[in-house]
Amino acid sequence: MNNWVVAPMLIPLFTAVLLIFLNKRLRLQRWISLISVMLNAAAAVFLMIQVRTGGIQTLNMSGWAPPYGIVLVADMFAVLLVLAASIVSACCLLYSFRGIDEDREKHYFYPLVHFMLAGVNGSFLTGDLFNLFVCFELMLMSSYALIVLGGTKRQFRETLHYILINVLSSTLFVASVAYLYGATGTLNLAHLSLRIAESGQSGPITAVAALLLVVFSVKAGLFLFFWLPGSYGAPPAAISALFGALLTKVGMYALIRVFTLVFYHETSVTHTLIGLMGIATIVLGGFGAVSQTNVNRILGYNVIASIGFISLALAVSNEDALKGAVFYLVHDMIVKALLFLLAGILVAETGTERINRMGGALIHSPLLGWMFLAASLAVVGVPPLSGFPGKLLILQGSLEEGRYVIAAAGVLLSLLLLYSLIKIFILGFWGEPRHPREAHWKQPRKLLLSSAPLMLLIVLLGLFAEPVMPYMQRAADILNEPSIYIQAVLKE
Amino acid sequence: MEVVVAIIVGVLFAVGIYLILTQDVLRIVLGTSILTHAVHLLLMAMSMLKTGSAPLLGRGKETFVDPLPQALILTSIVINFGITAFFLVLAYRAYQKLDTTDMDRMPSESSRHRGQSR
Repeated sequence: MNNWVVAPMLIPLFTAVLLIFLNKRLRLQRWISLISVMLNAAAAVFLMIQVRTGGIQTLNMSGWAPPYGIVLVADMFAVLLVLAASIVSACCLLYSFRGIDEDREKHYFYPLVHFMLAGVNGSFLTGDLFNLFVCFELMLMSSYALIVLGGTKRQFRETLHYILINVLSSTLFVASVAYLYGATGTLNLAHLSLRIAESGQSGPITAVAALLLVVFSVKAGLFLFFWLPGSYGAPPAAISALFGALLTKVGMYALIRVFTLVFYHETSVTHTLIGLMGIATIVLGGFGAVSQTNVNRILGYNVIASIGFISLALAVSNEDALKGAVFYLVHDMIVKALLFLLAGILVAETGTERINRMGGALIHSPLLGWMFLAASLAVVGVPPLSGFPGKLLILQGSLEEGRYVIAAAGVLLSLLLLYSLIKIFILGFWGEPRHPREAHWKQPRKLLLSSAPLMLLIVLLGLFAEPVMPYMQRAADILNEPSIYIQAVLKE
Repeated sequence: MEVVVAIIVGVLFAVGIYLILTQDVLRIVLGTSILTHAVHLLLMAMSMLKTGSAPLLGRGKETFVDPLPQALILTSIVINFGITAFFLVLAYRAYQKLDTTDMDRMPSESSRHRGQSR
């Protein structure tokens, strides 16, 4: 029992409620938001130290013992993602101080972001399937409001699609919870794993696993991603950065957690399916990114393609691949937020989202150009940056298992993404400026400052991968050996 | 009894999906609402409908109904209520802004200058 486990969920929740009452006082709102996210990051670091020294930390809500009550579980995987989410959202908030118009700020932008963070952190930390659903809904409800905030025509249309698709998948989520409860009589993840291991993963349970796979795939944008590029391109850059960095990764986390902890018996069915979906996602997402001319859509397809890549690691599911998946997931959260923020500055700078109407941005803001190039190289996995170790481990893991098709798909993905991002760089930054610089736009340097911490993190994670690796190793150990998780949750 | 409920769940699922596949936003909202109610019934049927008395201790009863699915349904109803309310308001605002409730007639990406909308 450790009360700190609930802190990353409580801090944003209280902040959000507080900020609703401070609606009119923008300066105060900004400061409180930033301090709250920093506190959250500090709490995550504190938890991480506890997890490193004392193993998995759990908290039984209201003192009900695990199979009956709701349990929160902080293992290394969850804590790493909570920390990454806090850092990313701090940078997105810094960006939004200047990158989002006052109208949006006054209409509850900050409270909504904090509600979303509470949902995201809750999804990472919960150890109960139905509680996962509730946290998902908390996160999605705020994301519905965030995506439509501002109310342009395009936002309305995209939000209708976005809500419909998410309501459908949530409905299927509850249906699969119902089936699982009917079959096993429990919803605690550790207890579910135990029960299914005892009775064997029979046909019906595998079918429920496939249903959950569909649910989480919709949330993560794995294969069922048709809604994603449009929806993520509709809101302003700070919001798309939050979405691109956090929401799909929560879906991916749920997939990894459920398919390594609970449904790991029938790998020939479920994990093969995940692998096929991953390869299809990589091919479709990669070519989608190459074929688009709109900056936000290119980045949307980039998000999809990386999700496909991480799911390949889940399909292989050996030690190296899972370690790589944890590393890559953390890296991907940071780098996707960075790309969306930089693209937001680029769009504001050139006044258009279409790359064939841009040009010459390098003349006005050279720093932005080189940061964008560095971030693109990090996505692809060029060695000194943080994309490399994760990608290497996943490819190594798939080659160890003799899964050559999967490894080939991973390499193909790098080439496609490199092409799509370099296309933005060449068309957007090189050449002569086509548009006169807009007079009202005079803050790119301050905006760049907000993405600098993310850039720094990418470089540091790449350079100092060696000291970070033990943490990833610990996270992957638990994914490899479900009994560690089960013992920590059920025995206390 | 469970068989009857199972059939009702199936019918509700069919109705909900039919409504979602139409083009009118209002029908789609109603469709999602019916679909979630179908799932709530499913959740209730999954724990067997009437296995004993109400789950209250100290009344001299031996067998109880499983209270957990009912708690889950309650939570899910509240969430669904919130989402349906938001969805309806959004549909209304979208109608005001886009002048149509037909999903197919909403202005498509290619017909307008994108990027100017900020």
